Amino acid sequence: MKQPLLAFNDKGIYCAQADVYLDPWRPVNHAIITHGHSDHARWGHRQYITHHMNVPVIKHRLGNIMVAGKDWGETFTINGVTFSFHPAGHIIGSAQVRVEYKGEVWVFTGDYKTEDDGLSTPYEAVKCHTFITENTFGLPAFKWLPQKEVMADINAWWAQNKAEGKTSILFGYTLGKAQRLLKHLDPEIGTIYTHGAVENMTEVLRSMADFPETTRVTSLIKKEDFPGSIVIAPPSAHGSTWIRKMTPYVTGAASGWMAFRGARRRRAIDRGFVLSDHCDWQGLLESIKATGAEKIICTHGYSDIFSQYLREIGYDARTEHTQYEGDEGEVTDVKDDETNNDITSTDEQ
Amino acid sequence: MKNFAELIKTLDSSNKTSVKVDALTEYFRNAGDKDRVWTIAILSHRRPPRPVNTTLLRIWASEIANIPLWLFEESYHIVGDLAETIALVIPNSENHSEKTLSEYVEEMITLKKKTDEQKKEYLHSNWLSMNYYERFVFTKLITGSFRIGVSQKLMTRALSKVTGVDEDILAHKLMGHWDPQHISFEKLVMEERARDLESKPYPFYLAYAIEGEPKDLGECTEWAAEHKWDGIRSQTIIRNGHMYVWSRGEELVTDKYPEFSMFMGIIPDGTVIDGEILPWIDGNIGTFNDLQTRIGRKTVSPALLKKTPVIIKAYDLLEWNGEDIRNKPYSERRALLEQLYEQVKNHGLPLHISEQVNFGCWDDVLMERERARELRSEGLMFKRKDSPYLVGRKKGDWWKWKLDPLSIDAVLTYAMRGSGRRANLFTDYTFALWQDKEDGTKELVTFAKAYSGLTDAEFRMVDDYIKKNTLERFGPVRSVVPKLVFEIGFEGISLSGRHKSGVATRFPRILRWRTDKTIEEANTLDDLKALIPK
Repeated sequence: MKQPLLAFNDKGIYCAQADVYLDPWRPVNHAIITHGHSDHARWGHRQYITHHMNVPVIKHRLGNIMVAGKDWGETFTINGVTFSFHPAGHIIGSAQVRVEYKGEVWVFTGDYKTEDDGLSTPYEAVKCHTFITENTFGLPAFKWLPQKEVMADINAWWAQNKAEGKTSILFGYTLGKAQRLLKHLDPEIGTIYTHGAVENMTEVLRSMADFPETTRVTSLIKKEDFPGSIVIAPPSAHGSTWIRKMTPYVTGAASGWMAFRGARRRRAIDRGFVLSDHCDWQGLLESIKATGAEKIICTHGYSDIFSQYLREIGYDARTEHTQYEGDEGEVTDVKDDETNNDITSTDEQ
Repeated sequence: MKNFAELIKTLDSSNKTSVKVDALTEYFRNAGDKDRVWTIAILSHRRPPRPVNTTLLRIWASEIANIPLWLFEESYHIVGDLAETIALVIPNSENHSEKTLSEYVEEMITLKKKTDEQKKEYLHSNWLSMNYYERFVFTKLITGSFRIGVSQKLMTRALSKVTGVDEDILAHKLMGHWDPQHISFEKLVMEERARDLESKPYPFYLAYAIEGEPKDLGECTEWAAEHKWDGIRSQTIIRNGHMYVWSRGEELVTDKYPEFSMFMGIIPDGTVIDGEILPWIDGNIGTFNDLQTRIGRKTVSPALLKKTPVIIKAYDLLEWNGEDIRNKPYSERRALLEQLYEQVKNHGLPLHISEQVNFGCWDDVLMERERARELRSEGLMFKRKDSPYLVGRKKGDWWKWKLDPLSIDAVLTYAMRGSGRRANLFTDYTFALWQDKEDGTKELVTFAKAYSGLTDAEFRMVDDYIKKNTLERFGPVRSVVPKLVFEIGFEGISLSGRHKSGVATRFPRILRWRTDKTIEEANTLDDLKALIPK
């Protein structure tokens, strides 16, 4: 039997012909990385290959590693297998990986979304035979509203809180959501403060995108400076003593999970904004169709349900278990913050 | 409907009491009288009868969302709420509905009598012409009660702000039987009419749990003590030749317990008794498990009446000779209760009195509490002798001092997603204990389900374990690699033919996660059975 071009083993998605892994979760020699989130770009590989925009992010998170950066669509060949990166639209630099060998094409999405967020290079459908897709929000209950509407809600919420003399604290994960929010906040409303972890990550990305001016929250900022402003913080800051100084405050969270009333209430957040960096149900179905692929492999998220539905509508679809955390990532969201503990602690001085 | 949907959205998304009360106050101030009545009814769980059964709702919703039924069902398992699932899967509309809440509710009442085709047409056209939150609220009205973190108390507080009617009086007015379809706001809230009051119970006074020791309550001579009975808190009202029995859930249960009709003609008119409904089997108090066979049955067969008769264990008197005596000190009310009991005790009524525990000092009560399991009580109650009968849960005069729960270490074997605020986390667990098999090996046998007792952080860790260690999936349920051990607490235990383990536990909950124990160290089913009172 012919060996598949990409196989799932206990270390990651493996291309035997080229002896490289895609987004491996255990240390390997050669790792092709879709984007900088910690469940995709892990510590300990000998060599990393990724889109060049991910390089500073991965170095920021993992230190001085050996990493090569590539352009969109730039091909590189290893033992006859041709690889290239194509925009995934998930966060700045996030890529799909196209793998071609002897005319057979596979695409691995990593994490992706179809809506242009004005910050990430917009998603492009890549024709392939086999499509390996995430399914973080692969349920018909998930339908995103256009970003413009959600951001208008967020800005209106901020202005309202300001009118009431309150601080707006908006939670979004450190790499990706925080910058997307920053990019579309209306700086006319007031001062934008950032948690140290968010500020440091944004700093890394400023060379690649325009962001409004932000002020890092430090002990130098006086209690009376906060009311009327907005503070962008990682979700783990919720309930911590760090936010006490911002009293009186109102909390908000931006995540796809906020579509569920239960998720909002469990986290005791005053206001949930449904804003995700993953595809919604329609987004997944449309992008699968656009690839022209006949074989679909579902990785993380509601993959069993999603692949069953795909089979029902005529695809050859199956689930493979991976260690990507898309389905919890936005809920627990400690992954990006942990790497920045060193930075957070300096705020305490 | 627009305003009501906005109200529900605010109530649902805030966890601050002040925000909720303000939103309710604002809503009540601006709503029409009919909408006010329906809002009070809905928030106090008096919804109109369900016009469409949920099976049809699911089928029609999946049709309109253009997804197969199984996919709708899977989504429902994950979302955890039917109305929310329906609102989420149906395509969005920019429209607002112009009809009022009461117009919708009245349409739903007439809908019940229509044909399935007409019902489907009604739902489809409404679902497609509402925005998300209206669609959610509309569907919620059809499917069931609103559990959105608004207690009756918050609603009463807001209503009091708007109307100027005292909160306690409002609480009294809103209890009992009233028909939102026919009662006016004026009559329900504003007008005081003696005859309407006939069936109305007084708001129950609820005890707080003692956190430290009883001696912290002060001088023991100021306190009365009795056992805390493990049945259904009830209020029995005899007025104008009628009898009403209320349970604490504000449910009129007179018809469920026909044995109390014997009170008529013996207990005088103008009497209200606060007491516990208990099973009374062969001259002894039965277990809560026995009482379960009576709860939830609207009509009671003669066989069941004979098998599991009930009594009322009376512990307070709220009305005497038609006079509200709640402001008299407890000791005086108790004396009147004893006087009443003396008067009627030779008639063989299913009315007992909750005996007072005599104690000279706080040390005495410790020993008395140890007798609780033997007497089938949950522990002791302390009531301040000079205290009036208050409304709701107020600290200070009534204290409960429960026995420490029984406990056992068990293994997590199955998990299901939670609902409401725990939807999308696995928080409903099934636990198992070891049992020896004939071939000398041992197996895990499930014995209880529990879904409370862990912190949110612990739930997330267990949830993570479950997702990574799933063996099999059965719809919403997953079997899990047995590895995690938890200490499970419960209030009571009895033999049961309905349970695979042969044992039923009362109010099982997680006491703590035993990360220090391996599954081999978990208890056996025999250990559990040894806890059954002889």
